[in-house]
Amino acid sequence: MEREQIEVDVAIVGAGPAGLATAIRLRQLAQEQGRDELSVCVLEKGPEVGAHILSGAVIDPRALDELIPDWRERDAPLTTPARDDHFLLLREQGALRLPTPRLLRNEGNYVGSLGRLCRWLGDQAEALGVEIYPGFAAAEVLYDESGAVRGVATGDTGLQPDGTPGPRHEPGVEIVAGRTVLAEGCRGSLSQEVIATYGLDGDADPQTYGLGIKEVWEVDASVHRPGSVVHTVGWPLDSRTYGGGFVYHFGERRVSVGFVIGLDYSNPHLSPYEEMQRFKTHPAIRRHLEGGRRLSYGARALVEGGVQSCPKLEFPGGTLVGDAAGLLNVARIKGTHTAMKSGMLAADAVFEQWAQASGSTGAAGVDRALTDSWVWDELRAVRNVRPAFARWGLWGGLAYAAADTYLFRGRAPWTFPHHADHEQLQRQADARPIEYPAPDGVLTFPLLSSVHLSNTNHDEDQPCHLTLRDPDVPVRVNLPEFGAPETRYCPAGVYEMIGDEAAPRLQINAANCVHCKTCDIKDPTQNIQWRVPQGGEGPIYSEM
Amino acid sequence: MKVLVGVKRVIDYNVNIRVRADGSGVETENVRMSANPFDEIALEEAVRMKEAGICSELIAVTVGDEASQEVLRSALAMGADRAIRIHAEASPQPLNVAALLAALAREEAVDLVLLGKQAIDDDANQTGQMTAALLGWPQGTFASELTIEDGRARVAREIDGGQQTVELELPAVITADLRLNEPRFVKLPAMMKAKKRPIEERTPEALGVDMRPRVERVEVSEPVPREAGVRVADVDELLHKLRNEAGVI
Repeated sequence: MEREQIEVDVAIVGAGPAGLATAIRLRQLAQEQGRDELSVCVLEKGPEVGAHILSGAVIDPRALDELIPDWRERDAPLTTPARDDHFLLLREQGALRLPTPRLLRNEGNYVGSLGRLCRWLGDQAEALGVEIYPGFAAAEVLYDESGAVRGVATGDTGLQPDGTPGPRHEPGVEIVAGRTVLAEGCRGSLSQEVIATYGLDGDADPQTYGLGIKEVWEVDASVHRPGSVVHTVGWPLDSRTYGGGFVYHFGERRVSVGFVIGLDYSNPHLSPYEEMQRFKTHPAIRRHLEGGRRLSYGARALVEGGVQSCPKLEFPGGTLVGDAAGLLNVARIKGTHTAMKSGMLAADAVFEQWAQASGSTGAAGVDRALTDSWVWDELRAVRNVRPAFARWGLWGGLAYAAADTYLFRGRAPWTFPHHADHEQLQRQADARPIEYPAPDGVLTFPLLSSVHLSNTNHDEDQPCHLTLRDPDVPVRVNLPEFGAPETRYCPAGVYEMIGDEAAPRLQINAANCVHCKTCDIKDPTQNIQWRVPQGGEGPIYSEM
Repeated sequence: MKVLVGVKRVIDYNVNIRVRADGSGVETENVRMSANPFDEIALEEAVRMKEAGICSELIAVTVGDEASQEVLRSALAMGADRAIRIHAEASPQPLNVAALLAALAREEAVDLVLLGKQAIDDDANQTGQMTAALLGWPQGTFASELTIEDGRARVAREIDGGQQTVELELPAVITADLRLNEPRFVKLPAMMKAKKRPIEERTPEALGVDMRPRVERVEVSEPVPREAGVRVADVDELLHKLRNEAGVI
């Protein structure tokens, strides 16, 4: 069936901080320079802006200050200034307060919900004339004869599980754009394709990732300390596994509690979900949640590779921005400001090129603008922190990070490389089994009751959006060698080994998926490919 | 034939409902809202009537604040010809809504009012019936099949243990049940066009409707949580527990 075509000047995939900052900056320039005809269209796979956004979040407002200087007067939902940072080393018994590293000091930053900030940014963008379409997922990259990207297409809707059109079938729509901006966030499915197609990561180290699992609680006013920020290292992880927890107090009796684990962890028995549940039971964490009720649950992979793993942003016909390009500052555990700034820089370059009406698909200069900006300075300075933890574990990592920050001041003449996360898993026979405590139903919960709180949903009557390159690998390789790690690393219970011992079978409960992308990253043979399901599906986060 | 379809903006059916700590109601702030699924079914049915040439003008109406325009945009994208928002504060009561719909149905001289059988937020299942009563029109509720011929509507109704078919003379009020149809997906180009179309605004005063609530809501509370089950080893233990702990045999 022929697909309808829609022409726009700039198509942006993803209404997160990077995509919306790009859109806002583009329309600001168009209005300032009397070029109101510039059309900017944002596609968002979530059912509304912010529904698929998950972040800590302690947000550095630097980019927001540059983009919308009067954001405070415009009632942006960043109303809780961060104060009293706590950096804790957790032991099984007790906790030790360490001096807060300079990079984790949050004076001037704000605690809040990135999802809510994005909804607000979406309103700002629409007021400037940006067209935002939530519920429509970009599922395919379109290329022209020269091999340059000429836009994206939304996926078909109403396909049956075998891929044939059902009674409600509607073909997707082609969004043909002068420039295509991929702002999908960490491990975006189209971004991955474009990076591979053009070899954008040819000079870069493999990307390395973390998995963040988060809950939002409503707590009693007596324990609520708005602006209080707690970061932890140590228990329940062993010192070889990179990760840590956070507790942020914000808003109306809200507490965000979460745990991030480096996806280069080696023990296939490890369950990030269970580690996160266990984390909450530590006395130093439990006291923040006492008497409260859990409101929501979610998970999302994040990029941790920094400059070493950063691909080229620009490709023929468009550019990557934000975490799709891996611009998170892992040492500061912040990526919103760098994502937004990269979007603004991309917007400047793309607007200039469009305004000159050159019609060229040549580079607009986004990479140069990025490396000349404070984003690059910031990321370069911390580039050795994350790999130091991978090399020397928690103790060596902490020691190196301190030396790097205070002695070398980020100017060490060396750069440590990254390794690929999926290659780090040990064989199950070589790894220590882990016993996790049973949930208590008050502070810790079974996985499926958590997934329920993500509000995720997918039409069962569609092709599975989690595809296996080789359908035999889960049973032939993953089960005997790694004990089916997908049944543990997935924080949404998507993967389940069923059947008896003689004939085990991997069942994929795609309807549970919270779009975190961990399976696409961590599967030991890279056999799982995450694709977008029908638009408007997936989690519905409200203040994540 | 002119058809009026009511669309209510409710908490999205995928979202976990949370009762406010003070029991004053359900939390709606920062919660994803969307069109009541039964109203979407009613709308789909009307769009199909239009496509079949039975309906000449399809009007979608909602009662609510500015944010409820969103459900009208979707209605326009699905195929409504016009969209009307009647201004109201959050969650007006069924009788008030029925009075508004009846007044609008008269003003627009429609031949059919098509509504969802109930809204999934308050589950009142009253608006359709009250609208029919106020208009003095016949009603066909819980429709799972609908055919219109020679000024008459044939409605297959879902009732306990089976189906009942009734025939009504138009004008009439019909409410849609789950099995009436499966609504179509909204297409992106249609959504783009819908964003640029006007939405007509009306007020209860202009329609001569008194919006004072008639029912006082005393309290909203969460259902009592279900206690976890236990696994029994054998039939004897089961019988023992049923007899001595549950006291049911």
